[in-house]
Amino acid sequence: MDKEFIITIFSENRVGLLSQITTVFTHRNVNIESLTASESAIDGIFKHTIIVKNDPEKVANLVKQIEKKIDVLKVFCYTPNEVVLQELALYKVQRSRNVEDLVRKHNVRILDIHDDYIVLEKTGHKEEIRELYHMLEPYGVYQLVCSGQVAIIKSRRELLDEYLSQVNELKKKILNE
Amino acid sequence: MAISGFSDIETQATLKKELPRISGSEAVIRSFIAEGVDTIFGYPGGAIIPVYDALYDYRDKLNHILVRHEQCALHAAQGYARATGKTGVCIVTSGPGATNTVTGLADALLDSTPVVLISGQVGSKLLGTDAFQEINFLEITHSVTKWNCQVKRAEDIPEAIAKAFYIASTGRPGPVVVDITKDAQGGMLDFEYKPTRFIRSYLPYKEIDIDQINEAARLINLSRKPMALIGQGVILGGAEQELKEFLEKSGIPAASTLLGLSALPSDHPQYVGMLGMHGNYAPNIKNRDCDLIVAIGMRFDDRVTGDPSNFGINAKIIHFEIDPAEVNKVVYADVAVLGDVKKSLPLITEKISKSDHTAWLEEFHACYNIEREDIIEPAIERRGAHLRMGEVVDAVASQFDDAILVTDVGQQQMFASRYFRFKQTRSIITSGGLGTMGFGLPAAIGAKIGAPHREVCLFVGDGGLQMTLQELGTIFQSQVGVKIILMNNGYLGMVRQWQELFYDRRYSFTELTNPNFELIAKANQISYRCIERHDELDEAIAQMHATEGAFLLEVRLEREENVFPMVPAGQPVHDIRLE
Repeated sequence: MDKEFIITIFSENRVGLLSQITTVFTHRNVNIESLTASESAIDGIFKHTIIVKNDPEKVANLVKQIEKKIDVLKVFCYTPNEVVLQELALYKVQRSRNVEDLVRKHNVRILDIHDDYIVLEKTGHKEEIRELYHMLEPYGVYQLVCSGQVAIIKSRRELLDEYLSQVNELKKKILNE
Repeated sequence: MAISGFSDIETQATLKKELPRISGSEAVIRSFIAEGVDTIFGYPGGAIIPVYDALYDYRDKLNHILVRHEQCALHAAQGYARATGKTGVCIVTSGPGATNTVTGLADALLDSTPVVLISGQVGSKLLGTDAFQEINFLEITHSVTKWNCQVKRAEDIPEAIAKAFYIASTGRPGPVVVDITKDAQGGMLDFEYKPTRFIRSYLPYKEIDIDQINEAARLINLSRKPMALIGQGVILGGAEQELKEFLEKSGIPAASTLLGLSALPSDHPQYVGMLGMHGNYAPNIKNRDCDLIVAIGMRFDDRVTGDPSNFGINAKIIHFEIDPAEVNKVVYADVAVLGDVKKSLPLITEKISKSDHTAWLEEFHACYNIEREDIIEPAIERRGAHLRMGEVVDAVASQFDDAILVTDVGQQQMFASRYFRFKQTRSIITSGGLGTMGFGLPAAIGAKIGAPHREVCLFVGDGGLQMTLQELGTIFQSQVGVKIILMNNGYLGMVRQWQELFYDRRYSFTELTNPNFELIAKANQISYRCIERHDELDEAIAQMHATEGAFLLEVRLEREENVFPMVPAGQPVHDIRLE
């Protein structure tokens, strides 16, 4: 049974690393639903958030294969209820009274106004973004772009920090040997 | 404090002044020497000329073997690495020189062989412009290396090479590429070499989990029908003695994978044969009867497991493994002991009670007797109109006691690994994972150069020899004394066997019309003899043995011989067929 998983990958910031990571997915014929990458809160460490829908065992193996990449520090894999997921979407929509009503009702930000179109921003779950799109569609959506989903874990534990302090201990031990 | 701080800076400054200022190219060579490298396999070209220029001054310290094709530089380095346990080193140029190595890198990755490849690259200003002999080599080699990197500044060369050697040789070994732009080779730096001892994103040795050791010991003590499966991990970890102690205390019968051969001597009383599609009858047929499988440094390749859902169907599985990604990949492990087997095996040996599985071992011997009567004796007997592969291997093994066996891929590979005999570790070099035809000849060259005091016997088919035939030139130039046994049946034999058994004998493009191998051998000044009768066999092998230097023994064989036993692909291993 396919299930949704949120895979967060912490890595060194190295040229070509993203392509190494995505190779692991293509090699095992796993489709990526969403991918975001940016610097993490820790200097010099990059964070990639990848969402997949697949068989749990296959995902567990995939996670190990990613972690095997030399420049990958640590990989965590979560189910949707362990994280808060958000995505940002921009809509370029034809101006009309109906659109302005929707904007008010759905707590949407207006970023830019032109004579014939407006640019809207909506942050939310994938479904909410889809839903708004369907509502705007009858009034003319010129363009929709989505950022890909970002995730933050609900647990208070900072797993990467814990990992890094373990690694530091190990480093001291090895270099003192 | 301020004063001592100041003097620290001063000391550092003085030290820095003393560092030799050298070119990036010379830094490559001096980094090799610092890593204990003595042999390089390579091929020069435009984008690597500066490194070759630096090498010219270090010819007394580094033995460079000029191969005839870059693929063979890799295979030779693999042969060298597997014979010696050291990291193999290669140098090639950019573009075609680099792309030619891809098969060798892939082979080294699948067979966990430590190799460092230095590839030249166009100048950094030309990167991305499709310059002459420019190719994005990092992108190409992501899937066939353990790690790769590009160096664009001379001062980054020593650290990149230090990391490369550390990554290639630690944990589960593998191939590493360092791609160096021509301007980095030509640039100057203050040379200082510090071997890498730690990389925060790469922790090759896991702390051994004592709970898992305890659980494994409990299962071993409870088991009545255990079988150990030995993989190359034992050899890579240098854990042959630890393995022996574990086996002798536990009394467990032990089978070997193809790459694990020679970790345990062939005549060890608990050794019950080779696993796999063309392995021995006993370890395959008894797979169903086992109540416990102890897998040691092996990865459950599909040629070993057959249908994985039926593998060890009545057994619990303990998996000793260094690479976490191998655990539960193919076969589910009830207990996984992560870490180096050299460390984990003594811990388990200490925990288990002394045991004896004589009756169970007898069952393996009974199966061996069936195989001996039905397969082995007929295969090695001198009978029939023509020479056959089994008898040739057996005859060579009888005269070349304790040689390193190198094979190519195909029928001769299976016959050789079945009928050769191993006394000491690191005595088999064969392409297991990738199954690269053409691997044999260059790998044998590397093995002989790495282990000059041991005999190296290469078994190669007429198809495989012609894939890397040009390396006879390397043998000639570098005077490499390999003994080549050419198993000539005029067919791509293994494919022909499959065509016979599964494709109605439709021999589609598997028949070879061969050149005159005698002329080819002579052209390369390699001693040669051709035989086709049983009564010539021993005497020809004796002649080969007595001949100094390389020898090509062409054996004209029965044309349509098959390798048995055989587990049909994807079937349970207990469905092994004797005919």
